[in-house]
Order: sequence, then structure tokens, then C-alpha cells
Amino acid sequence: MNDRAARQPTDWTSDAMRKRIVGRYRAEARFRFAGLFAIFLSASFLAFLLGSMLFTGLGGFTRTELRLPINFPALGMQVDPASLNGTTAKSTLINADIEGAVQRAATAAFGADGPKLLNDNAWRTVLNDVLADPSLLTKNTVMSVPVSTALDTASNGESDAAGIAKYKSLTEKGVVTNALSLHFFTESDATEPSEVGIWGAFKGSLLTMLVTLLLSFPVGVLSAVYLEEYAPKNRWTDLIEVSINNLAAVPSIIFGLLGLAVFLGFFGMPRSAPLVGGMTLALMTMPVIVIAGRNAIKAVPPSIRDAALGVGASPVQVVFHHVLPLALPGILTGTIIGMARALGETAPLLMIGMRAFISTPPDGITSPSSVLPVQIYLWSDEISRGFVEKTSAAIIVLLVFLLAMNGIAIYLRNRFEQRW
Amino acid sequence: MTDPNNIKMTARDVSVFYGAKQAINNVSIDIPTDDVTAFIGPSGCGKSTFLRTLNRMNDTIPICRVTGDIALDGHDIYASGMDVVQLRARVGMVFQKPNPFPKSIYENVAYGPKIHGLASSKSVMDGIVEESLRRAGLWEEVKDRLSESGTAMSGGQQQRLCIARAIAVDPEVILMDEPCSALDPIATAKIEELIHELRGRYAIVIVTHNMQQAARVSQRTAFFHLGTMVEYGVTSDIFTNPRQEKTKDYITGRYG
Repeated sequence: MNDRAARQPTDWTSDAMRKRIVGRYRAEARFRFAGLFAIFLSASFLAFLLGSMLFTGLGGFTRTELRLPINFPALGMQVDPASLNGTTAKSTLINADIEGAVQRAATAAFGADGPKLLNDNAWRTVLNDVLADPSLLTKNTVMSVPVSTALDTASNGESDAAGIAKYKSLTEKGVVTNALSLHFFTESDATEPSEVGIWGAFKGSLLTMLVTLLLSFPVGVLSAVYLEEYAPKNRWTDLIEVSINNLAAVPSIIFGLLGLAVFLGFFGMPRSAPLVGGMTLALMTMPVIVIAGRNAIKAVPPSIRDAALGVGASPVQVVFHHVLPLALPGILTGTIIGMARALGETAPLLMIGMRAFISTPPDGITSPSSVLPVQIYLWSDEISRGFVEKTSAAIIVLLVFLLAMNGIAIYLRNRFEQRW
Repeated sequence: MTDPNNIKMTARDVSVFYGAKQAINNVSIDIPTDDVTAFIGPSGCGKSTFLRTLNRMNDTIPICRVTGDIALDGHDIYASGMDVVQLRARVGMVFQKPNPFPKSIYENVAYGPKIHGLASSKSVMDGIVEESLRRAGLWEEVKDRLSESGTAMSGGQQQRLCIARAIAVDPEVILMDEPCSALDPIATAKIEELIHELRGRYAIVIVTHNMQQAARVSQRTAFFHLGTMVEYGVTSDIFTNPRQEKTKDYITGRYG
């Protein structure tokens, strides 16, 4: 009784109390500021990365072209347009010296230095145009052809003063144009920076991701379902769980070595092919999907399982009618994290030969191919200055690809998410 | 004790073990066809565990082991030839916490008939859904919003939806595991009324920790204590004239 009487009534307005309140508000403010600062820091790093990529990379999407007047009848090519059909058309034109004809056209248009303005591959552009429309051979037309590497470098302002001056005078005359072009999206790797495109590597990445998804998603989800719903809890399942967690943390280059030894060495599969790349990356992605899948399945409330069992659903029906649909958003999130990691992976693909110079887009999953990150790596290693902007442009394409993938994942997740 | 033709389920010397721990000790009971049977007893006495042995829901617990005989219409439900899926269709269950599927009201009720192939066409299914919801006293409340989510309803409505879901399979026995413990008094009254209406059509076994509820809804009551069945008899006898001292102590509120 005395003890209780000794306790003073709490004074909520005392100085100490007020100080405590002020201190609490300060702690709140400090914490908010720290959080805000962290967000700001990461956002500005991201903005810097995107900004610098866009700044250097946007030039990679443009193409410097020369407007070359060609009067085909005056060039003395002995080719009948009507005979240009079938598979022989190309060799017919090459035998008729279309390369020399283009050189002569340049001389006729721009004087003796004319051919130097042209890219070494300019005649191929003309060749393809003529193949598409043989009637051109009877006409006097103007064609857009790629410019020489020297002129292309000058268009980026990285040439000597004379070169830049020449480029300026040509653009003022309207002979040379530098404009956005689809060329970068439709072509594949080439030796000259002005000629390269991303399509081959993009298609290779697409095919590789397809193989990875088709292998790792079903196998990963089924493993997760089995381990969560069917497997007895004993030493063996513990061992499997530890192994899967370990696999998820294994450095990617080791998977590359595994792919090299097993898929190429033992099974003799084709080198540099999206099939092998996809299988190697599937090995890497699978444990991520298994772990995410198991967590998502674990998060499905047991009452739903009871409810389904209670009306006489068999274990398989419980899994496919109730557990999986509810776990799907989580599984999809894990899958996309794994796929995004696989998309950006370079090291294991170098091991299985996807670093080769491949100038045509792959026809299928067994033809030689490159992938976006490896293409970026290869171009960043080139000596020619022209590759700098192409590398950045390829990085932009990779980032947009990633963004699209994540966007689809978020869309799917929201679609399948059940309101609880 | 009862007319042998009126027995739906029998249990003889049933013991249940969780690992080494014995949860149920030699329980023998006859569940009548036309009556509501209530299991009462203090928390942890094993009444829910015993209820779940009646449709083998405890199979999902790996360490759980059942000995003794439980028969439905004279057939051993733990025999190797017994199909668990069919058993659970014939012996339906309503759980303590309302657990509708996160699907539409219609799909909740239609799910059981669908997986057992009970409806040959959409119109037959519509009939089953309507009849089940009517019998669960829910039809008038939900007939205009059958496509809405079953989880968006109130707790009492959810529990009646779960009962409709169990009825839709046309079971012979319905086990209810404290179906009102998560509900308010008004929802509880509705469920009790429903149990009255369902009596006779289904053999009903209800676990409850609420003695008044047992007295209101059941014709027979079994009193469990520490894993054994202390007393089983006509409800009015158990509550007015218990034979065992322990039962008397429990229903007079001396412990529990």
C-alpha cells in the first residue's frame, strides 16, 4: 500500500517528457531522411547509367548514308533484267562486276575521289536492291549506300579537322545524310561498325531464353510441387534441399564448364547453338525457380488444402486446382528473376562457344548464334572507335528487352493474383 | 444402446498416436444415422482429433497413426481397399475456420460435384448449386451475386457456403469441427438452425466447446476427457443426469 502511495502521478507535461517527445520526432525525421537519401542515391545511379548509355548509344541507331546517283544503262553491265530470277541471279550480277559498276557510278557522280566516299560493302546494298527490283537496271536512279568508315567516324565528330570539314560540306550539299535507321535492328554482326546490327544477337537471345524457359519452368515447378506436397520429410529430402540451395549459388561460369563437358563433349551437341546455351542457362535458372516455387507453395494456407481434401479432391486435384493457381504469382516472380539473370549472363555462354563471329541471324535453335550480352562483350573489345556507340546501343536494346520481360511478369502476376 | 439399423458409423477401440504421444485412447462409439451427435470436452481432449479419423483427414499428418476399427455402413474405412477420395465425398467436413476457395460462390459449391462427375450438364449443375445453397439457407442472400468471390462474404455467410459446398457432394455424413467458434452469436444461431434442418437427411457429428450449443443442436452427446470418451448417451440424459462424476463436474462448470 505504501509502495503505491509513493508513486507520483505521471506528469505528461514535464520537461523530460517534452524532451522525449522531441527526441522521438527527431528520430523519425532522421530515419525518413536516411531512407529518402538511400532511394535518391540508387535512383541517381540508375539515372546516370541510363543517361550515359542513351547519350553514347543513341548515335548507334543512326546511319550515315550517301545518296549515290546511278545511271545503270550507262555503266555497261551486260545483264538482262528478265534473266534475273532464281538462285543464279546473285552470281549473275557479281559476274557482271556490279562492284566495279558501283565504283564507276561514284566516279561519275563525285569525281576521282568518289569511290573513297563509299563503304567497302556499298555494292552489296546496291546488289540487294537490284535483286529486289531487277527493273532498276534499266533506270537512272539515286540509291542510299553506306559511307566509308572515315566519313562515318567524321559524322560522330571523332575524325581530324579535314575529315570533319569534308563531311560538313557533303551534308550541306545533301549528298550525305545521318538519320535514324532500322539498319541496326535488321542486321547482324559485321567487321565494320557502320555495318553492324543487333538482330542476330537479339534473335539468338530470344531463342536461348525460349529454350531456358521451356526446360527450367516445368522442371522447376514440378520439382517444387513434388518436394512440398509429396516428398516424405526425411534425410534424403533435406539433402536435396541443401543441394538445390547450393546450386542456386554456384558461380555461372561453372555451369558453362558443365555445359562444355556434358552437352558439347559427351553428347556432341552443336557448338554456339541457342539449344546448348539455353540448356546451360536452364541448369542455372532451375534452382532459382525451385526455391521460389517452394516458398510460394508453402505460403498457400493449409486451410485451402483441407477444404479441397474435405470435399474429396485427390492430392493431384488439390495441387492443380487450388495450390498451384494460388502459388502462381510467386512462382512467376521467381521465374522472371531467374530468367532476367539468365538473359544477362555472359560467362557460361563464352564456355560453350557463343562468342564466335556470326554475321547471319540463327535459323533455329541448332544454328550458330550469338546473344545480346556476349555481343556487347565482343563489341566492347573492338579497336575501332565506331563500336563504342554500337556497344551502348546494344546495351540499350538489352535493357529494353529486360524491361519488357519484367513488365510482362508484373502483368501476369497481377492477373493471377487472388484477392484474399 | 440404439437400433442397429440406425447406425451409420461405428468405432471400436480406436486409439490415435502422434508419434509416441497417444492422443486418443480406446474410444468405441456408434454414430446414428438420423441424429445429430455432439462431441464435447475441454480443450485438448482429443475430440477434434477423433472427428478427423472419421473421414481420414488425419492421413495428411505424417506422424499420425490410428489403431482400432472404424466402419462406415459396416465397411472398414482403414481397409486397404477403401478409396480415401470417395470416403471423403461420402463423409463431408466443415472446418473450424470458414475456408471457402478464393473463387466465385458458384464455383465453390460446384467444385465437389464437378470433380466427382455428379452433373452431366450445366443445367444439372445449376440445379445442384441452387439446391445446396437453398439447403444451407444462403440462396436468397447470394442468388444475384453467384459470380462474386466466396471470400468477400461475411464470416457467417462463408461458413454456410462451406456447408453448402459439403452438401453439394451429397454426402451421407457431415462432420463439423467447431463450426461456430469463429462466428458471432447471430451467425451461430443461423448455423444451429441449419443443423436442425439438415438433421435426418445426413448423419451429423459436431464438435463443440460450447455446452449450450451441444444441448441445443444434438440428440446424442459424447463427453471426451484427456483422450478417452468418458460418457456417451442421449443429450438430455448427459446434461440432466450424468452417470459419471467427471461429466457432471464438466457440465456444471467445475473445470474445463
